[in-house]
Amino acid sequence: MQLIELSAHDLGVAAGLVLLLGVLLGLNGLGLTRSLYVATARMVAQLLLVGLVLETLFSADHPLWVGMMGLVMLLMAGWEVVARQQRRLRGASGYLIGVAAMALPAFTLTLMALVVLVDVAPWYTPQYAIPLLGMILGNTMTGIGLGLNSLNRGAAASRRAIEAQLLLGHAAKQASRSLRRESLHTALVPTINMLAVAGVVSLPGMMTGQILSGTPPLQAVKYQIMILMLIAAATGMGAMLAIELGARRLFDERQRLRLDRLTTP
Amino acid sequence: MLDIHQLHGPHFGPVDLHLSAGELLCLYGPSGAGKSQLLRAIADLDPHEGEVLLAGVAQRTVSPTAWRRQVAYLPAESGWWAARVGEHFSAMPTPEMLARLGLGIAILDREIEDISSGERQRLGLLRLLGQQPRVVLLDEPSANLDPDSARLMEDCVRGYLEQHQAAAIWVSHDPAQRARIANRTMELHPKELACN
Repeated sequence: MQLIELSAHDLGVAAGLVLLLGVLLGLNGLGLTRSLYVATARMVAQLLLVGLVLETLFSADHPLWVGMMGLVMLLMAGWEVVARQQRRLRGASGYLIGVAAMALPAFTLTLMALVVLVDVAPWYTPQYAIPLLGMILGNTMTGIGLGLNSLNRGAAASRRAIEAQLLLGHAAKQASRSLRRESLHTALVPTINMLAVAGVVSLPGMMTGQILSGTPPLQAVKYQIMILMLIAAATGMGAMLAIELGARRLFDERQRLRLDRLTTP
Repeated sequence: MLDIHQLHGPHFGPVDLHLSAGELLCLYGPSGAGKSQLLRAIADLDPHEGEVLLAGVAQRTVSPTAWRRQVAYLPAESGWWAARVGEHFSAMPTPEMLARLGLGIAILDREIEDISSGERQRLGLLRLLGQQPRVVLLDEPSANLDPDSARLMEDCVRGYLEQHQAAAIWVSHDPAQRARIANRTMELHPKELACN
C-alpha cells in the first residue's frame, strides 16, 4: 500500500478550519486569535523548512550534515527550555544546564538505538537518525523544562522552609531534598502517564505515521515500544541531571540559598 | 566570645561588635535599618563582607553547617517544612522544657497549619535551643506573644545563657523589654551602627 499524496487543496481545507476557529474566538472576545494564527504560520513555515532540509540531508547522506542538524535541534531545544521557566537562573548557566542535561541522554541513547538496536548501516543514516533524535530530544526537552520550572519556582516559594533547615545546621542537599523530589515528579509524571495510556487512549504519532505509510501494524508497534522506552529513559535521566545541576546552582559554596541568582518573574 | 569586624552587606553596616559569654545585647532601630540582614550575615545565611569570629575562630574557616549550629538565628517568622510539629525536632523537647514556655506536650502532635504564630515562634526557639548553640540571634522573638508568654520567653532565654554561658543578640522594639533583659543595647541606623 502506498501513501496517498496530499494536494494543496487538502491542506487549504485544513487551514480553513484553523481560520474558522480564529474567527469564532475573536467573535466571542476570547482573545488568542492572534497567537493562534502566528503559531499556525510558524508551524507551517518551520515544517516546510524542515521538509526541505530533510530532503537535502537525505540526498547528501553525510555524517557532518547529520551532526549539524542534531546540534541545531539541541540549541533550539535549549532556548525552549529557558522559555518555559517563569523564573530561571541568570546568566549563561540557565541555558547551559538545560542544554547539557538534554544533550547527554538524548545523544547517547539515540546513538545506542542506531548502533545497537536498529543496527542501521551506516549508523548516521539520516532517515533513522533525525526522527529518532527528534522524538527523544523533544520529550526530554518537555521534561527538563517542567522540572527546572518547578525547581526554581519551588525554591522561591519554600524559601522559609529551606532556610529553616539550613539554620538548624542541615546541609543544602538535605534542605533541598523535598524540593528536588517534587520537581522530578513534575518532570516525569507526563511521561509516565503517556506510557500508561499508549495504545489505549492515544495512538502514538510515530506508529500512526508508519501505519499510514503502509507498514504492518505489528512492525510499527515494535518501533513504537522501543521509542517510548528510549523517551522514558532519556527524559528521566535528563530531568535528574538538570534538577541536580540546577539545585546545586541555587546554593553557593557556603550553602546559602541564593534566590538572587534567579530572574524575577 | 563573638567578635564582629567591619561586617557589612548591601543594606547594613559596617558593624563592629563584641559579645561576651553570658551577655545579652538588645538591638533596635527603625525598620529598614538592616537588623535582620545583620543577623543573617552573622549566621552566614547571606553573602557579606567583613569578619565574624566565634571564640577566635573565623566564620569562613568553619563549615557552614557547623557554624549555623553554633551561631543560631531565629528569624522573625520561623520556617516549617513537615506536616506535624514534632517532626521538626531532632531531639524531642521534654514536657518541662515545653512548660517553661507555657506549652503543653500535646502540641507536638498537632499540624503546623493549625497552630498560632505565637506558638510557632516559641516552638522555633525550643527547636533552636535544642541544638545547644553558643550564640543565639533572635529576631523579634516575642512580637506575637501576650505579655505573660513574653516574660516566660525572656526567662527561658536568660536561663539558657546562664546555664550554657552562651551569648545572645535580641531584636526588640519594646523599651520596657530591653530594660528587663539587656546587658547592653545598641541602635542600628541605616548603613551605620551607633553604640551607647
